[in-house]
Amino acid sequence: MVSLSPAININNLNKWFGEFKVLKDINLTVQEGEKVVICGPSGSGKSTLVRCINRLEMHQSGTINVRGTELTNDPKSIAEIRSDVGMVFQQFNLFPHLSVIQNLTLGPINALGLSEKEAKERAFLLLERVKIPEQANKRPSQLSGGQQQRVAIARSLCMEPKIMLFDEPTSALDPEMISEVLDVIIDLANDGMTMVVVTHEMGFARKAADRMIFMDEGKIVEIGTPNEFFETPKTDRCRIFLKQILQH
Amino acid sequence: MKINTYIFLFFILLLCGCSSPPGTWGWYVINPNTQSGLTNIKFLIGGFSSTIQLSIIAAFMSIILGLIVALPGMSNNIFLRTISRIYVEFIRAIPLLPMLFWVFYGLPVVLKSMGININIDAFWGAILTLAISDSAFTAEIYRAGIQSIQKGQTEAAQTVGLNYYQTMRYVILPQALRRILPPLANQFIYIVKMSAFASVIGMQELTRRANEIVVTEYRPLEIYTLLIFEYLILVLIISQVVRWLERKMGSDESKG
Repeated sequence: MVSLSPAININNLNKWFGEFKVLKDINLTVQEGEKVVICGPSGSGKSTLVRCINRLEMHQSGTINVRGTELTNDPKSIAEIRSDVGMVFQQFNLFPHLSVIQNLTLGPINALGLSEKEAKERAFLLLERVKIPEQANKRPSQLSGGQQQRVAIARSLCMEPKIMLFDEPTSALDPEMISEVLDVIIDLANDGMTMVVVTHEMGFARKAADRMIFMDEGKIVEIGTPNEFFETPKTDRCRIFLKQILQH
Repeated sequence: MKINTYIFLFFILLLCGCSSPPGTWGWYVINPNTQSGLTNIKFLIGGFSSTIQLSIIAAFMSIILGLIVALPGMSNNIFLRTISRIYVEFIRAIPLLPMLFWVFYGLPVVLKSMGININIDAFWGAILTLAISDSAFTAEIYRAGIQSIQKGQTEAAQTVGLNYYQTMRYVILPQALRRILPPLANQFIYIVKMSAFASVIGMQELTRRANEIVVTEYRPLEIYTLLIFEYLILVLIISQVVRWLERKMGSDESKG
């Protein structure tokens, strides 16, 4: 796929939490349609990196450019980038006081200006896509974790994003619910969605990723295709990490 | 509240009446079977309308004012945060009675010097004082309630494109309201009781009327006992309404 500007272009990104430097000189380009999986030990800055892309965290130096728009303090640039970027959280973050269908239509009605009818039609299509149209009128608390995360994915897709960010989408799930969520994400990947996924699900990474990124201590240590990454890791740090998480 | 509680209160009252030596109580002053008693009791109970109006309007203003103070207090802008903080600390430190005097006697002078000729009567003076004084507390209640909502809710709202106002309106406040309601009701009870201070600037509410009858009849024990029960009735009604509201909202959360 050839396009003029990459989906995401990150240049010399640095971020501190107080004295602590969480991201160190990150450079990363994600092309349109590309699926990038980020892994690494906890505290390596992978979540922070993803959260910087749609300004849930503010970076202190370097540049982030999403589909030709530079991310600055200007609320306009933030709003424009957020309208292109969907996000799925580890903790789902569904709105507990609203029904499933209201969770899905809240953004389209208020941010995109859709009528309630249009928003509902769109929402039902997406609920079918994540295979839970029958749960539309329930509250999130009445659903299983896997169902909640699928609702969260559908809620994101309702805004018709060009890029999807997944921040450990299966880490809070019971083991038997992981695959139903990963299936939905793979389905989305096969549709050509640009994705950045932070995950420890290496089987999923092998299947879906175009590129693997390994982070440690705020730095990108290794970038490569899944094949290179799993078969011939270049650094010791990465070898040890893979050995540890692939042991079981 | 269980019906038992009312029975218990009734017996306490009865005990008060019976355990005293004869001549202590002179309920005739408010005996509705006599002409003067009926006039007195009508006059005393007539204070309800002012107390209720005063409390409801002041509480309503305080709820709005409190939110207006609380929201900047949680902003990222240090300037807005400081203003909100100063307001809360300053207002919270002023006792109600001095503030009432200041608003009733002082504020018109200040306004006049600014070329604004508004006469603040006792009713609006009392409302303004109660609302401002209470708003500092309401603001703190809002802050606690809003901050108790997980950060992930705001983040999720932002990622589906909601702006600040929409995030508050549709995501944060509806959830915070359930947690805010009980302390807010407490504050409302506080307002009802503090409205008694309005009597000192001549507002014809429950306490003022009680004072006036005491002066003419010289029966403070009976009149003030009645006065206490008048407030008790008001507060009990509020408690019941709030319980009902809480139940309604609670079931709403678990309902499908």
